Amino acid sequence: MGETPAVELRGITKHFPGVLANDHVDFAAAAGEVHALLGENGAGKSTLSHILSGLYRPDEGEILLDGRVVDFQSPRDAIDAGICMVHQHFRLVERFTVAENLILGDRRGAGRNFRIDPQVVEAHVRDLGVRYRLPVDPRARVWQLSVGERQRVEILNALYQQARILILDEPTAVLTPDESEALFDTLRDMVAEGRTVVFISHKLNEVKAVSDRVTVLRSGRVVATVSTADASPQSLASLMIGRALETVERRRSDASAGDVVLEAADLWAEGDRGSTAVRGVDLAVRAGEILAVAGVAGNGQRELAEAIAGVRPRTRGTVRVQTRRLRPGDPRDAYRAGVGYVPEDRLGMGVAPNLSLTMNIDLKAYRHQALGPFLRLSKMRERAAAAIHRYDIKAPGPHAEADTLSGGNIQKLVLAREFGGRLKVLIAASPTRGLDVSAVDAVHRRILEAAEAGVAVLLISEDLDEILALADRIVVMYEGRISEVERRDDVDEISLKMAGGAPRS
Amino acid sequence: MNNSLLIVLIASGVAYGTPLLFAALGELLAERSGVLNLGVEGMMLVGAVMGFWTVQRVHAGAAVTLILAVAVAAFAGAAVALIHAFLVITLRASQIVSGLAVTIFAGAAGLSSYLGNDLNLADVPANQTFHAFFPGTMQNWPIVGPIVFGQTPLVYASWLCVVAVAYYLARTRPGLNVRAVGEAPGAADAMGINVVAYRYLHTLAGGAFAGIGGATFTLAITPQWVSGITGGAGWIAIALVIFAFWRPELCLIGAYFFGALQALAPELQARNISLGPTELWTNSIPYAATVVVLVVVSSRSGRRRLGAPAALGVPYVREE
Repeated sequence: MGETPAVELRGITKHFPGVLANDHVDFAAAAGEVHALLGENGAGKSTLSHILSGLYRPDEGEILLDGRVVDFQSPRDAIDAGICMVHQHFRLVERFTVAENLILGDRRGAGRNFRIDPQVVEAHVRDLGVRYRLPVDPRARVWQLSVGERQRVEILNALYQQARILILDEPTAVLTPDESEALFDTLRDMVAEGRTVVFISHKLNEVKAVSDRVTVLRSGRVVATVSTADASPQSLASLMIGRALETVERRRSDASAGDVVLEAADLWAEGDRGSTAVRGVDLAVRAGEILAVAGVAGNGQRELAEAIAGVRPRTRGTVRVQTRRLRPGDPRDAYRAGVGYVPEDRLGMGVAPNLSLTMNIDLKAYRHQALGPFLRLSKMRERAAAAIHRYDIKAPGPHAEADTLSGGNIQKLVLAREFGGRLKVLIAASPTRGLDVSAVDAVHRRILEAAEAGVAVLLISEDLDEILALADRIVVMYEGRISEVERRDDVDEISLKMAGGAPRS
Repeated sequence: MNNSLLIVLIASGVAYGTPLLFAALGELLAERSGVLNLGVEGMMLVGAVMGFWTVQRVHAGAAVTLILAVAVAAFAGAAVALIHAFLVITLRASQIVSGLAVTIFAGAAGLSSYLGNDLNLADVPANQTFHAFFPGTMQNWPIVGPIVFGQTPLVYASWLCVVAVAYYLARTRPGLNVRAVGEAPGAADAMGINVVAYRYLHTLAGGAFAGIGGATFTLAITPQWVSGITGGAGWIAIALVIFAFWRPELCLIGAYFFGALQALAPELQARNISLGPTELWTNSIPYAATVVVLVVVSSRSGRRRLGAPAALGVPYVREE
């Protein structure tokens, strides 16, 4: 590219206490390209994007737009300069309508008036929606919209604010495969008009599918910038993690031979807001089998896992482990029956963040080891030290508090605890969400080990690649109901069902 | 006809409800920006004493003195609110603890009583008070006479304030920004809205309204200074905001309802009607209702359903 890049970062350095998040990063994206920013969690992608979008200020380095140095004091400055960011956690006011949300950021058009008039904006939104294939009702309140629709609102917002540079942070994490495809189409439309898209991801396939060039970050430094056409997923992966990647592949055993260990029949449960989240689910998982529940987040998967683990009361139905019927809403009963539970919210629910590793590892098993009301601390420390070694938990020692660990190590800690008892059933809810490639790999290996040892595994995940790699059998959850996937490897069927397109049985 | 119990109750409900209404409007503005202000009672008392001080010290025309007194009361309330704002917005202290501390500091056994004693304001009649605005003949008109035309200018000012606050929140650009700050400060910040400035301004405005509410006692309802003169009106105002689902027009109705309850016991007594210990239950209903409301609101889902700002009580920190 001989011409001046639309956006350029030179020598960006950003320190956080104890961490060098960006180390002299150089990055340039041209007008009319989708430029992917690839890296593991903690590689510095988010920090870099926050610097570009004005949320953080760099310690060193400069930002150039069309060759001119700019200085962003706040996100507003970046927006005014034409840079908009679509965050992973949407920056929308849920109780506002779509139009009101757009007015909120508007300093050029209708939002400049003292009196607000949503109608002017509504027409504009409809036009943009048609032009960029982003259909959204401008009068709908954001809380009524699906996650995919909310993302459209964010992108519409960027277009409405005449963004020339759009940054998307892991945009497909909340989308169905079809919605992702539609998003890619929209992004291509946008770059065809000469805009620039910076696409942040750690998923190789979608980077390959959507981008023109890729900049790979590792440990806060730029490792390489390559043209996507010249790169294979394998070469990108090794750039990203610094070594060749061995992916876990499930040996497909004849799992149907085992006895049914976990059985849920006509299970109903309520969601947090009082609505019914799980609507009559029937499931059976055999010993040594991995049953995966696919689906877009928010379709009742979390509530299903919690209801089986006893963390959430069920309103109807039964859960059995072998022949034992579990009491509703009694996690201790589930634990005694041999149910291990890896919750989705690992820091909030999986560990006690301020307790030491030792305490966390024995959070469930201590009852068998204690002397009446007294804990046997030296024994507990020994067990903790053994678990740290066996599960390869990277921690200063058994005394370290759980919330000082990284996400991957917290997850290993949770697994060490849940595998500690006499495990018959493992419920793993989004066990690898937000983890980097090496931690994902470790978690996958543990789950496979459990299945090989005869544990019935219920894996709940939004990551289709993960499900395809691990599962023996797949079901899809949509609006609280479950439908079986006939052919295990049929991605089209799974996607269709994730979007609710399956005929209800 | 104008002496019938119902008319008298409505008329006194409007009069007694006005301090509640001012304080509730102020609390509503602060809460809509995400700041829970439990210091209202303290701010009302400081406003009450400073307003009264002004009419005792300033010797100008009645109108000038009284307007000045209201301004001083508003300023005093805002000054106390500044303490709360600094603690909870800048230092990100717990809004509940800070609000309680402010009420204890400024309230009946604190700053307001000290000022009242130190400035020799207790047990003296007021030099100036607010009187009914319209001439006596209009006050004698049936029904609307006592209810509408028998009121002080503070009452009419409070009506203007209700309209202004409602319009401001629903129809104006800054009003939209405040609501965004109270609902989703992260989103508002990303859109370039200065969350800290909006929260400061609306907490201070809330304090000013509370100060005016307090001055309504000492300048109109019972024109004198007695320590603790507001008698818990600040707490009722906080509950009122919740009763009103955070909407200004409903604050008005609620305020007049509680005002009428306060008038009920003396009015029944004056007419020799006995309904048992009337004073006990009319006086305790607002507090009992407040307790019930606070219990409901303390659950997250309860709050959402009632329409509380989603970020109410949550300090905003940009760097996550």
